[in-house]
Amino acid sequence: MLEVRSVTKSFGGFSAVGGVSFTVPRGSISAIIGPNGAGKTTLFNLITGHLEPDSGRVVFNERDVTGIAPHDLCRLGMGRSFQRTNIFPRLTVYENIQAAYVSHRGRGFNLFTPVAGLYRAETESLLSAVGLLEKAHETSGFLSHGNQKQLELGIALALEPELLLLDEPTAGMSATETRDSIRLIERLAADRGLTLLFTEHDMEVVFSIAHRITVLHQGRVIADGAPADVRRDPEVKRVYLGDSR
Amino acid sequence: MPDLAFVFAQSLSGLTAAMFLFLIASGLSLIFGVLRVLNFAHGTFYMLGAYCAFQIVQWIGLDGGRFWLAALGAALAVAALGGIVERVLFRHLYDKEELYQLLFTYALVLILSDVAKIIWGTQQKSVSRPAELTGAFQIFGATVPHYNLFILALGPTIALTFWFVLQRTRAGRFIRAAALDRETLGALGVNVDGLYTWVFVLASFLGGLGGALIAPMRATTPGMDTEVIVEAFVVVVIGGLGSFWGTFLGALIYGQVLSFGILFFPRFSIFAVFALMAAVLMIRPWGLLGRPIR
Amino acid sequence: MLARVPWALLVLIAAFFVPAAGSRFYTFVANDVVIWALFATSLNLLVGYTGLVSFGHAAYFGIGAYTTGILMKKAGLSFLIAFPAAGIVAGVCALVFGFFCVRLTRIYFAMLTLAFAQIVWAICFKWNEVTGGEQGMPEIPYPSFDGVDRVVSALPALGSYRTSDYYYFTCLVLVALCLWALRRIVASPFGRMLTTIRENAERAEFIGVNVRRYELAAFVIAGVFAGLAGGLFGIFNRGVFPDFAYWTKSSEVLIMTLLGGMGTFYGPAIGALALIWLNQQIVSYTQYWPLILGSILVILLFVFPGGLAGAVIALWRRLVRSPVGA
Repeated sequence: MLEVRSVTKSFGGFSAVGGVSFTVPRGSISAIIGPNGAGKTTLFNLITGHLEPDSGRVVFNERDVTGIAPHDLCRLGMGRSFQRTNIFPRLTVYENIQAAYVSHRGRGFNLFTPVAGLYRAETESLLSAVGLLEKAHETSGFLSHGNQKQLELGIALALEPELLLLDEPTAGMSATETRDSIRLIERLAADRGLTLLFTEHDMEVVFSIAHRITVLHQGRVIADGAPADVRRDPEVKRVYLGDSR
Repeated sequence: MPDLAFVFAQSLSGLTAAMFLFLIASGLSLIFGVLRVLNFAHGTFYMLGAYCAFQIVQWIGLDGGRFWLAALGAALAVAALGGIVERVLFRHLYDKEELYQLLFTYALVLILSDVAKIIWGTQQKSVSRPAELTGAFQIFGATVPHYNLFILALGPTIALTFWFVLQRTRAGRFIRAAALDRETLGALGVNVDGLYTWVFVLASFLGGLGGALIAPMRATTPGMDTEVIVEAFVVVVIGGLGSFWGTFLGALIYGQVLSFGILFFPRFSIFAVFALMAAVLMIRPWGLLGRPIR
Repeated sequence: MLARVPWALLVLIAAFFVPAAGSRFYTFVANDVVIWALFATSLNLLVGYTGLVSFGHAAYFGIGAYTTGILMKKAGLSFLIAFPAAGIVAGVCALVFGFFCVRLTRIYFAMLTLAFAQIVWAICFKWNEVTGGEQGMPEIPYPSFDGVDRVVSALPALGSYRTSDYYYFTCLVLVALCLWALRRIVASPFGRMLTTIRENAERAEFIGVNVRRYELAAFVIAGVFAGLAGGLFGIFNRGVFPDFAYWTKSSEVLIMTLLGGMGTFYGPAIGALALIWLNQQIVSYTQYWPLILGSILVILLFVFPGGLAGAVIALWRRLVRSPVGA
């Protein structure tokens, strides 16, 4: 479904991502892991069009989407959540999700219908699915971190994506929150037939749900495959267990 | 075909105008570079510098080098005002939205320019040139007043001094660091709040000095602040917001465009200046020597 | 319960009685307020709803004023053509200027809007043949009200009105229609997309919002309504002058918008009312109006950052949450 081919990006003299290639099969849950600074977020930004690669291609559903603007990419079926919570702080929870539906369903340039009643059913159903229905009319900027992350997920899902990219979805969460969050993500993915690609620091999370893991180190892929194989890979062990000699 | 004397005279007048603009614009650029705020009131500090110089000259006269005392006094008075304003009022707005900071500087324009009207009235004031510099040279057939030459020499001198301070002194390093990354600097234990106050004081000094020095050349009237601030904006945009030599370059370009523009296309010279500003913003927004702001 | 009262409608109806109730002077002030209310609300579409701070909104005000002035005075065209033309010409200019402006962010955006406004001012200032140059174009004719006057004279209950009164009613009706249209726009899906851009432009991109396109659309709409306000103002002011486009005019309307509160729809209109009324009151005592205005602004900035409307709302919320009600 998603193919990344030899994607490279440098900033000044610093090579953030160097010749990274991997594939994400449809319906799978894939993870990208690596120590800090390995280039995970940069890679995400390259896939979602936030940055343009110096070389290489990103192919989604057999279509070359390298460097396509984010607002066009959304319409092709790719959704994304962000590491630092990225919501619309002064809008209510309900309005956050509704806005995503309005945009996605192409009503954005309608200048005369009152927006208040649009997509009520879909919005409420989605809010219920991510567990935020009771908080629907609270100002989203005042929610707790965990709730904001749920909202993030909701916004991404409102775009009815086929592939969902999650950038460190459990960052900053406690162990309980992480467990709940992962259960929620898994359930939603199964219900909606989503393909997931996520980056994570929490190894427990990764090894518990990923079907496929790609390991990055200093901008390069050092291992790629099923969790059991990756766990045994000596290179991976070296990088993670701190052998810096 | 204009003759050499004429071209030379025009060019020189453009350069002189540029030096004054550089003095004001450098203060504006400094405040923007470090505090990230466009200080609308900077033109008003310039105007106050001129008025203060006038006032001091009224008190102490012009003989025996008193003019320089007056200019310095005026610049210091304006610097002090800047310091007080920053300390007492402005610093409480740093955590608010940029728009509020801008609005504050505009409110200062309103308040200070009316205060100037209250103190000095609306008639235009003039200051005579200092006795030492009342003559003129004949260069290439053009009459060039000594005072103008002095300003022409002073501009680059101040630029170089300023540059030296920024590049080679400890204080200068702090200023440059604050412009790049305020938080890290604070985390390193530097008193960033105090630094901000000093930057504001320094910028106000430069603005006030510019006003004091231009007083012998142009009439001091209310309304000179709103005119000059837009000119200063044009200069820093062309040169690059926050770039020191950019401001110098921008001032030079502005001066020449204006003086030759008035000559060849008198009706469109003001248009030309703003068209240049728009062109720079459309093609290379961070100016000739600036760096893209993140 | 208080929110259910149709305040805006009541204010509109009350406004119709101003000429009957007061002197010529009150009608004059009310007319001024009504036009500036439209101007300020148009700016708020950019500032308050989209998060784009423009320093050059007066450009479109000036363009609208000159368009109507030139069409009515020099071409002798009727108000019915000259008024919409003001909006159309201003809108086209906003499209051209806006195209370049929305590619820039924040401070650069603001500077370019300022540059374009100053260019408009410079053209108006110097293009003597068309715009009258520095002297401007005095004596723009009022629209012809003969037809209306005949009807009104036939109905004894309504009393008699001057031309300036008829013009006031015209402005009132037209501005009310424009504000109604703007209100629909901000309450529409388009308006909601604008607020997402204001809140988080990056995230807006990731929900499929082509930020530049929406910002340009907002810029043009704001320009159109500013142009319409300018068209009305040129006639009201009995003359069109270059300073309509000067940056200080842009700052006046920006202040009104902020004074009234850019977080609400009617905030800027309230700001216009407050500022103009205050100006009239103070100018009769002292010539130092800028000093007073500046001081008020400073107080407002430190004590009521939400503007007057914000302060009233905050006060009301506090009253509503009184210990008795909880």
